Amino acid sequence: MHWTSLQDFLAMGGYALYVWGSFGACLLLMIAEPLLVRHRLSQVRAGLRRERLAETLDQENA
Amino acid sequence: MTHSLIHWFRFASPQSFYPLAGKLVPWFWALAALTGAAGLYIGFFVAPTDAQQGEGYRIIFVHVPASWMSMFIYLVMAFWAGLGLVLNTRLSGMMAQALAPTGALMAALSLWTGALWGKPMWGAWWVWDARLTSELILFFLYIGFIALQAAIDDPRRADKAGAVLALVGVVNIPIIYFSVKWWNTLHQGSTINLNKAPSMATTMLWGMLLMALCFWMYSIAVALMRARAIILERERHTEWVKHALD
Repeated sequence: MHWTSLQDFLAMGGYALYVWGSFGACLLLMIAEPLLVRHRLSQVRAGLRRERLAETLDQENA
Repeated sequence: MTHSLIHWFRFASPQSFYPLAGKLVPWFWALAALTGAAGLYIGFFVAPTDAQQGEGYRIIFVHVPASWMSMFIYLVMAFWAGLGLVLNTRLSGMMAQALAPTGALMAALSLWTGALWGKPMWGAWWVWDARLTSELILFFLYIGFIALQAAIDDPRRADKAGAVLALVGVVNIPIIYFSVKWWNTLHQGSTINLNKAPSMATTMLWGMLLMALCFWMYSIAVALMRARAIILERERHTEWVKHALD
């Protein structure tokens, strides 16, 4: 380990903006994307469940 | 045809691929987390400071994996799209559609991290250099593929139109890859070359390979998740979907 302190680590030898800007963007997008996809999947599932419920109610009322 | 081959073709139907993908997704997430943690540890705490670029070179641990994936995902996407065009299989188009947004994300990350690397090392966020320009074109190809498919209502026709675009765009991939050789670019040469020993420290190389593996596993996991959503959306009127929800 070559970092002497947390400040030293965060400073990244003067390249903090560039290094953390890169890793930060990756982290942000690679967390956002799966959350959006999970939301999409649950939306489809919820819609399909509603359709199925509507079908069974239709059959009961027929 | 052998029995095992038929067994594999079974997964080419959305109906059997949907549950299989569901089982695989958590495993790919676990692998992505493991390789990512190991890669970040090596990248920040084991790999030494670069003699020329100081700590600024550490951007390589995300820049190279994102760039590799942006090119590789395009090839896989074009492969599926082409397969769909030739064999007219339902799953192929869905797979191509599931890969495109993740590929676009990787291309965007490659350009973003590249700009943040270029500024301190070259003094410019952006230059119209062959490598950078061809990667920007790759990003636009992904966006074009997504927009084209979104503009066509009939999914099977959207698949066909998208496939043609994806296949034509494949020509860009070797251009990106060999651009640093063919033209006199500002961008540095390839990081890893099969013909000679890597010029970087072994720990740097390991950190980068682990991060590349992490991006790989991430891409598979998120594309499989999206493929599941697309399968349900497109097959919503079929009988099997009604039973797949339980």
